[in-house]
Amino acid sequence: MPHRSNVNASTCQNITFFSHTFTLTHPSVLDLKEIMPSGEVKLIGAWASPFVMRPRVALNLKSVPYEFLQETFGSKSELLLKSNPVHKKIPVLLHADKPVCESNIIVEYIDETWSSSGPSILPSHPYDRAMARFWAAYIDEKWFVALRNFLKAEGEEEKKAVVAQMEEGNALLEKAFIDCSKGKPFFNGDNIGYLDISLGSFLAWLRVTELAASHKLLDEAKTPSLCKWAELFCNDPAVKPVMPETAKLAEFAKKIFAKPQA
Amino acid sequence: MAERSETEEVKLLGMWASPFSRRIEIALTLKGVAYEFSEQDITNKSSLLLQLNPVYKMIPVLVHNGKPISESLVILEYIDDTWRNNPILPQDPCERATARFWAKLIDQQICVAAMKVVGKVGEERDAAVEAARDLLMFLEKELVGKDFFGGRSLGFVDIVATLVAFWLMRTEDLLGVKVVPVELFPEIHRWVKNLLGNDVIKKCTPPEDEHLAYIRARMDKLNIKSA
Repeated sequence: MPHRSNVNASTCQNITFFSHTFTLTHPSVLDLKEIMPSGEVKLIGAWASPFVMRPRVALNLKSVPYEFLQETFGSKSELLLKSNPVHKKIPVLLHADKPVCESNIIVEYIDETWSSSGPSILPSHPYDRAMARFWAAYIDEKWFVALRNFLKAEGEEEKKAVVAQMEEGNALLEKAFIDCSKGKPFFNGDNIGYLDISLGSFLAWLRVTELAASHKLLDEAKTPSLCKWAELFCNDPAVKPVMPETAKLAEFAKKIFAKPQA
Repeated sequence: MAERSETEEVKLLGMWASPFSRRIEIALTLKGVAYEFSEQDITNKSSLLLQLNPVYKMIPVLVHNGKPISESLVILEYIDDTWRNNPILPQDPCERATARFWAKLIDQQICVAAMKVVGKVGEERDAAVEAARDLLMFLEKELVGKDFFGGRSLGFVDIVATLVAFWLMRTEDLLGVKVVPVELFPEIHRWVKNLLGNDVIKKCTPPEDEHLAYIRARMDKLNIKSA
């Protein structure tokens, strides 16, 4: 199935985006119509958002075609405000016009709805599922907050403190990876899953932050397993088409974090 | 009655006055799971707690066959995944996503907004109350036409929202400001009455007098004026 993308993403509101490359193990497009739950799938999002990337990877893993409705940075569409009145945030998945909000919740929804398609995104054993959910929550509530603070940090003292926080977090995640992966390439084992997606969606922003700070935040010496995992994750066929390019993201970051001149 | 193997061991490290700990007790009790409760002193954390939850060092921690699980929402889902009788989460994926959404809103925003009211006075307090009410209004609307958030019976969101019913709403008298007045939130008040009619909820909620005394003592210790 050819990869179709819209070249001028920033000016078009509606883009049809089918971005999963088929392998021999996937059913044909004709078969999909029979086994797929009915209803059109749309995703309201933005190319640069790590949270939006999560459901995109999940939809790719399940070979679910969807329409990507790109929000313009700095404004919120009527559809977004109507679909997510509580938070008014992306991503929002619309399945047969029913909205599902919150990136990790959307990923679980995708896994449960298209359960017979593609690999399982959540692990099958309840304890492994609990570990995946625990670390995904840690990543959003602690690890990402540290990363974001690093981007905003001013002055050497503040930067040093945030780097220390990040390194502590990375050490925890390195251990979590060893515990969860049990010798396999991904947190989820042989295939990427919920926790891989949860952390992996931040890799582009992590790289941009490293470039801006001239400081390696994910260190081969301190977190060798995570570094190896990161490379494998980025090269996964479900991830590659939706991972933002570092250079493009760096430009975007400069724009949104630009401080007004005195 | 839940199935139990001979080696099955369920232990809960918790604290009698914590909403996060109590919600685990509700879930285990709803499923008929026998468990050992280990009351923790959160002002002087035990080495067991620090060992079992090194990341957050907080209760509740569920230990099942020697394996610890932390974070109350993660524990609730684990309980539902492990003991399949009397499901807490709905079956339908869309309804499950909605339940998870409300649970997250309660813990990450409503809880935080409610805590911001504590210790504030005047305009600052009014603004904090306003912010909390805006969020609570979403829950109010969600309850229209339903006995519980879960529909006809208790579910995931009800269990999580006991934080609102028995912690936020109980402290109103102590704070001297009705964050959740019945005139603005008739559905929430009706829902609390439904909760109080449920035996499991009654069993797993801290007794009101002791609870209020505890909160009053905590507020005094933190030099917060109580009404």
